Amino acid sequence: MKAATFDYVRPASVDEVCRLLADAGEMERKIIAGGQTLVPLMAMRMSRPDMLIDINDVNGLSEIEDKGDHLVIGGCTRQRALERSEIISKRLPLLAKAIRKVGHIQTRNRGTIGGSIVHGDPTAEISMAALALEASVLLRSVSEEKEVPLDGFFEAAMVTNIEPDQILTEVRIPVWEGASIGTGFYETASRESDYAIVSAMAQIELAADGTIVKAAVSAGGVAPCPLKLRGVELALKGSKPAELSSALDGLDEEIDPDTDVHATAGYRSRVARRLITRAIEDAVSEAKNERD
Amino acid sequence: MGQTTTLSNYRYVSRKRRTKEDRRFITGRGKFVADVEVPGMKHVAVLPSPHPRANILKIDTSAAMSMSGVHYVLTGDELARETSSLFHGLDLPNVKWHPLAVGMTRYAGEWVAAVVADTRYIAEDAAELIEVEYESLPAAVDTEKMIDEDQPLVHPEHGSNILFRKTWEWGPVADDFASMPHTISYRARWGRSSTVPIETFGVVAKWDETTEVMDVWASIQMPQYQDQIAAVLRMPMNNVRVHNDVDVGGSYGVKRGIKHTVLVCYLAKRLGVPVRFIEDRLDNMSGGDAHGPDRIFDVTMAFDDDGVIKSMKMRALDDVGAYPGRAPLQLGKPMTALCGPYRVNSIEYEAISVTSNKTGQVPVRGFGQAPTNFAVETGLERVAKFLGLDRVEVRARNLVRKDEFPWKIPPGSLYDSGDFHAVLDSAIKTSDWQELISRRDALRAEGKLAGVGIATCLEPGGGNNIFEYLFNPKLEITTFVESVLIKVEPSGAITAVMCTTTSGQGHETMVSTIAGEELERDPDTIRVVHGDSLEALPTRSPVASRMTIVLGTATSNAAREIKDKMITIAAYDIGVEKEQIEYADGEFSMRGEPEKKLSWEEVCHIAHKQFHRMPPGQELGLQAYSVQQVPGAGQLPNEKNEVPLYPCFSFQAHVPLVEIDRDTGKVKLHDYYIAHDCGTAINPDIVRGMIIGGVAHGIGAALYEKFEYDPDGQLLAGTFVDYLLPSSHEIPTVTDVEHCTPSPLTSLGQKGSGEGGYLGAPAAVASAVNDALRPLDIEINELPIRARDIETALYEKSK
Amino acid sequence: MKEIEVTLTVNKRVHTVNVAPRMTLVDCLRDILRLTGTHVGCEHGVCGACSVMFDGEPVRSCLMFAVQAEGHEITTVEGLVGEDGEISDLQDSFWECHAMQCGYCTPGMLISSHALLMENPSPDDHDIREAISGNLCRCTGYQQIVEAVKMAAERRQEGL
Repeated sequence: MKAATFDYVRPASVDEVCRLLADAGEMERKIIAGGQTLVPLMAMRMSRPDMLIDINDVNGLSEIEDKGDHLVIGGCTRQRALERSEIISKRLPLLAKAIRKVGHIQTRNRGTIGGSIVHGDPTAEISMAALALEASVLLRSVSEEKEVPLDGFFEAAMVTNIEPDQILTEVRIPVWEGASIGTGFYETASRESDYAIVSAMAQIELAADGTIVKAAVSAGGVAPCPLKLRGVELALKGSKPAELSSALDGLDEEIDPDTDVHATAGYRSRVARRLITRAIEDAVSEAKNERD
Repeated sequence: MGQTTTLSNYRYVSRKRRTKEDRRFITGRGKFVADVEVPGMKHVAVLPSPHPRANILKIDTSAAMSMSGVHYVLTGDELARETSSLFHGLDLPNVKWHPLAVGMTRYAGEWVAAVVADTRYIAEDAAELIEVEYESLPAAVDTEKMIDEDQPLVHPEHGSNILFRKTWEWGPVADDFASMPHTISYRARWGRSSTVPIETFGVVAKWDETTEVMDVWASIQMPQYQDQIAAVLRMPMNNVRVHNDVDVGGSYGVKRGIKHTVLVCYLAKRLGVPVRFIEDRLDNMSGGDAHGPDRIFDVTMAFDDDGVIKSMKMRALDDVGAYPGRAPLQLGKPMTALCGPYRVNSIEYEAISVTSNKTGQVPVRGFGQAPTNFAVETGLERVAKFLGLDRVEVRARNLVRKDEFPWKIPPGSLYDSGDFHAVLDSAIKTSDWQELISRRDALRAEGKLAGVGIATCLEPGGGNNIFEYLFNPKLEITTFVESVLIKVEPSGAITAVMCTTTSGQGHETMVSTIAGEELERDPDTIRVVHGDSLEALPTRSPVASRMTIVLGTATSNAAREIKDKMITIAAYDIGVEKEQIEYADGEFSMRGEPEKKLSWEEVCHIAHKQFHRMPPGQELGLQAYSVQQVPGAGQLPNEKNEVPLYPCFSFQAHVPLVEIDRDTGKVKLHDYYIAHDCGTAINPDIVRGMIIGGVAHGIGAALYEKFEYDPDGQLLAGTFVDYLLPSSHEIPTVTDVEHCTPSPLTSLGQKGSGEGGYLGAPAAVASAVNDALRPLDIEINELPIRARDIETALYEKSK
Repeated sequence: MKEIEVTLTVNKRVHTVNVAPRMTLVDCLRDILRLTGTHVGCEHGVCGACSVMFDGEPVRSCLMFAVQAEGHEITTVEGLVGEDGEISDLQDSFWECHAMQCGYCTPGMLISSHALLMENPSPDDHDIREAISGNLCRCTGYQQIVEAVKMAAERRQEGL
């Protein structure tokens, strides 16, 4: 399990990264940040780039900034830094809840937020939280800098809409400001710290009268890529927590689970329904407690 | 911490003592095979077949050969021409087995070619350049269909996918069945799982043209390794030197490596350079010695109104994959304790071994006993359920009683000793069974699924493998030795030479502790070395929970002989009869006149340096060796196919509490209690580690681990992402209680302890899961019981 | 194949090595620097046998290329031993509790536990199990490892 041969460069700036990507021609040039998903794929020779562009020495890619209505997180921010960040735990409770379930301590010490998102694992916790909260990513190339919403970014299992000449420099995640906000997160994996088979996340804001005013819900493992459950969110909005059960009526139309060595499609679909329900219930009850 | 019910009368044995081996491991100074560096060593990578079954039409190695840094590309035809077929346990003249596929590939992952290059990196690059033209063929995959349906033949020359099928009957089965009011039949299935050590297999070989010695360093745990290397390479055995001082990074049975070794030895000789092959994880999981038993049991038990089982019929169908090796014999070892610790009067046993287009099966911890124990315990659960009796009570009614030892079971094994009821009681008491049931019921009252499990198991130890003869009369082997040589230097220092590798069992600690006990010398000062195969005395290898029994007894014998020699020398020097000398604490003194004495060092000095003070005719120096046969071994089966097998029987009772998440089907183990009796524990920490580690391994087999195949024969679990070894989160804290019923057959009463945890845990966990599912009238007797299996069963029930 | 010169600090010693870009950090440590205490178990980031401290944090050295270690500081199991050759209190607890059998996962377990105790001087069972959950052990069932880490923490607390 040794990677195929490649060239290696370690540029110091985003501009240089972009130039290297732009000059790739027929070659495959890949960015390596944490490498926690990429290196195993290379070891199995399922990925064989001609060049690795190491962005670990690029300045300014690992800051966490509070911009008021959203956080800006540098693409090369380590998952471990997210886990330890006070800003994250205060301002993005959903991400804070999920981050410890990303890999293991050893992989979170290297793995980055940007790396996790661009790889597009179907149950990646970071992607799910960011997607649920309608985050966007900043993609840079030599010619342009583009903010791209995550909705639509995940294309298929391990496939995302980033062009070969682009680098993800930032993740922008909206912050909810309401007084009564709660979050819920559940996932099931064969072992405690495995890749999830099914995962579910919810963030809910309640009005003073207990009506749901905002709902963000996402699920993993029920489609080729992380899924924002717009139908469920729509059904939740304006409803009272007592009417939760009907919010999932349209779930089956939104999801498209598959069978693999870890679970059947039927299992994924049934379990997703239960975990989504639990996540929403948790979010609602947390939101209520916030209010009380 | 473990509790113990007996206090040691020994000075070192059974006392808490640090092990000899750990110090090198905590400092990163273990010497594993991948740490062996031989100057000029080249590296091997293998090319696996992507097809479960295919004809090899053409192999073009030219591009690979021409790559810079590549020394050779070997294919199956050349290797098969130059070496003999690898060894099978069964007599299968038409089933050829070579390290590289010849003409046909028989499982996805089978090695088709091997590259030798300057580095493993280059070897992998070159392997990609080998062009193989295959004609893909339909594969034989479904185990049950191998018996009677028309399936593609894995070994066409053999003419069938059945490798072995035989039924034995011990005792009056028909009469016993006729005399019983009840029978139940059930199926129990053991999934294809294994031990999967964290270190893969590796081997380094160096051929010296001038001395004609093949030096082999390997991560090995196999009987007759050097014999097989020599036979397959067609050279005398004294041309092969296996270095036994290589630390083995876990094995639990699977580190066989014969095909790897033959491949590497051949290449080393052919190319005249040292060659090393360290499997990577992909090589290991699909093409190495990775897979274990894959077994379907159909069992019928006959019993009375009290749940007392009189007779049992068991059919075991085992899928050994493409190349059988020793695997089919894993249906034989369970004969040793075929009815577990229970007083069954007669048994019919049908063993069927089939081949399929899957990776070959290799020996796994317990050599087939764990699946069989699961099948037997499933029966006890069924009997209790059928009669509405308490599960513990049914077991208690069937257990062999304390005053009945030695107890002979129908196939002929003699259970040496034990107090099964006391151990079972102790498990019940330690777990506070009633309290556990209350906790279960409280969880149930909250709407949760919860269950308490119970299982017992016997761990046969010692390794009398004469069951092999029942499978293959050519294996008329009744000698199962283990040896040790103990030397006392002129200075008084003691060195013991053992003759095998170690893969975590702590043999150096065991030998030094026993030698120290016998000679009343501090074990920390006793050096234990692993003699290489040219230096070593006869050995059968460290398998079968046997080393403490056989090597331990050999150590006692050799040490006692040394002591006797020293007493003889001291008596002569003091001028009295031997009987007048007593030895204590390093001093040989005259009874009644203790001032007449010689120290340990003085006697050593005389023995090595002072011929003039030695008794006439006494051997010079101080050394003794013992070549120890397994106690009770040595006879062939009688005309009724009865024969005593393994000699010593350890016993355990397991009690887990589980909770199942209704939403996901996920099992959470809350508590785990275990009471165990392995006779005299030489080192309590080692015993405890073996038992808890065995439990963890059994939990893996019960809930997580399976080499899953798709219907076409592709392995779906070939990485650590898909084959799920339990992590620290999956294994609960185990509370263990130790008992001690010394074996009458060993030097200090010791028995084996390496396998019991693994033999009992799968049945215990399944028992707990099924107890949790019982209110819903669901029963799952197929391992592993995964979350999705439980959830699906719950869903089906609710429809 | 072009090799790249890399300067890295391992166990407080500065080394300069020439490596192909594709050489993993663990292969560099083992095959070039001959620090064979760090083990290879799966090479795809699951088993944790290759864990080392990288700038003070535990990482998997099979999931990094050696070229990425330029200018960084690494501690391997060999580096847990004091300069006087004394084993650390954690290593001593592992020995005392027999927190291993075959010893193959032990270096990785020590690294993960070492990192835990740096961050959390009084971990409970769950903290310890979480810290070592990325390190597979096939021998022990983890219990004696958990006990060893706890013992080391307690001894430190007591100032032993």
